[in-house]
Amino acid sequence: MKDNEYLAMFKMKLIEGFQYRAAALAGIATQFFFGFMFLMIYYAFYQGSAEAQPMTFAELASYNWLRQAFLAAFVMWSQDNELLESITSGHVAYEFCRPYRLYELWYSRLMAQRLAAVLMRCLPIIAIASLLPAPWRLNPPDSALSLFLFIISISLGVLIATGVSMFVYIFTFLTMSPSGVRLVIVTMTEFLSGSILPAPLMPPMLQKVLYALPFVYTADMPFRVYSGHIAPREAFMNIGVQILWVVILFAVGKWCFYKIARRVVIQGG
Amino acid sequence: MITLSGISKQFKVATREKGVGAAIGSLFHREYKTVQALDNVSFAVGKGEIIGYIGPNGAGKSTTIKVMSGILTPDSGTCEVMGFTPWKNRRAYVANIGVVFGQRTQLWWDVPVMDSYDLLRSIYKIPPDRYKKTLERLTEMLELAPLLGTPLRQLSLGQRMRCEVAASMLHAPSILFLDEPTIGLDAVSKLRVRAFIKQLNIETGVTVLLTTHDMNDIEALTDRIVLIGKGRVLHDGSMRDVRARYDTARVLTVLFKTGAAPFTPEGTTLLSWADGRAAYELDSADCRVSDVIASLSNHMDIRDIEIAARPVEEIIAALYERYRV
Repeated sequence: MKDNEYLAMFKMKLIEGFQYRAAALAGIATQFFFGFMFLMIYYAFYQGSAEAQPMTFAELASYNWLRQAFLAAFVMWSQDNELLESITSGHVAYEFCRPYRLYELWYSRLMAQRLAAVLMRCLPIIAIASLLPAPWRLNPPDSALSLFLFIISISLGVLIATGVSMFVYIFTFLTMSPSGVRLVIVTMTEFLSGSILPAPLMPPMLQKVLYALPFVYTADMPFRVYSGHIAPREAFMNIGVQILWVVILFAVGKWCFYKIARRVVIQGG
Repeated sequence: MITLSGISKQFKVATREKGVGAAIGSLFHREYKTVQALDNVSFAVGKGEIIGYIGPNGAGKSTTIKVMSGILTPDSGTCEVMGFTPWKNRRAYVANIGVVFGQRTQLWWDVPVMDSYDLLRSIYKIPPDRYKKTLERLTEMLELAPLLGTPLRQLSLGQRMRCEVAASMLHAPSILFLDEPTIGLDAVSKLRVRAFIKQLNIETGVTVLLTTHDMNDIEALTDRIVLIGKGRVLHDGSMRDVRARYDTARVLTVLFKTGAAPFTPEGTTLLSWADGRAAYELDSADCRVSDVIASLSNHMDIRDIEIAARPVEEIIAALYERYRV
């Protein structure tokens, strides 16, 4: 195991990630700002409506804080700029002179980056959000089993997000500019992953579309497993779907990557 | 060790006229221009050789290196390096080569150099004891000890390049491709990098292929040059040959006792004349330097004489001009 380059890259990215303490602190502050803002908007809606909502406000509050705590795990605007820059500048040439599988290596690299960012941010946010007064706070998990299933499903969520992320890099090889593809993927996933509105609050038609796509399984679903909105039995099935998406995204991404990398022309010099 | 024969590579480059109209037009229809980056390139490199691969910007040097290091697949031709075709079995092949692209970096910007090295160790699966020995050796040769614990971004260009060269040697490759390893370095760093390459070549027998625009690199490291221009090999031979063929112009400066009348020996051109000092240009292929000196000493009381050859840069510039590249 010691000489596994994929693990080594993972470690490297973690080391690098932990260096950015200031970014993490700033991130935490921002997350609280957005967390409160979203909650207050939801609160206004909940107060203004007499009907029973598909999610209780307590569930919504937990959902909201978990989303802020684990934001770095699934948001698409957080990408490895160094890597993107290496593609457009041609530094990526070095990567092709190394005896590793590039897709697999980048996959572990991106995964580690997400993990490092999450690990640095989630604990303080969870701790503080748990101490907030009643309707606003992050509630404890529904049960020990829910917590366990949440940990599994959020981990799989990171893998799905990583698989989706890889397409940003694949398209950057084609277009030589990361900004366009990034914008498209970010806007698409923000909405489809339930980052703006949790899936249960969306119209039933739209929910069908959402569940046919991988994005909702990166964050929305794990958060609802935590609060018990998705019962453990149902959660098992959802985790099965997650695994399926991890495999599909990995396989399709890998195929596209090598197809495109073969035609790549290294810029400049 | 390395054999290239008949390697050709074309690139398609999108072109358009300047201006907004043309920019809008190119949204619908793109014009492509074909650029012949490499045209029937053939040469061979023996084991343990250092060869200088030179040519003006855009000549195809980097493209050739990319073909040889397995990054690019040529349109036609064959390339065999250590029994491998670089762009096939890429992974098995690249474990045997080291590459330095002078204008790019292979080390991690924000983490200490040592961490980057450790990552390379895992990538190349270098056994720990061998890694330790190699690293000690490289640290000593390149004086890396004070640099290893520093993040790359805090190193100077010269320090960084030393770390880069060391990084490419950690896995003890049999071939080293150096693409402009001394670009942007100051004189001291250049000397150190050159000395290192030379020493490495002698001690480990590593084959080195080096591209550069600094002719002093070539002079310090190798006698064999391959000159490439517009994608074609123009000259493949020793630096001495090039000198013998193209470096025949000499400038002869004499200091003499004042009072001599102006004088120009046969076969030379007078460049300047002041009382006590004269400079002549001559072509050593046309007239013998000794004859000129003899004729001068008959005429004046010589106190000192200096014969200067053209700097290598100028010779190469003359070569480029001759081949119109």
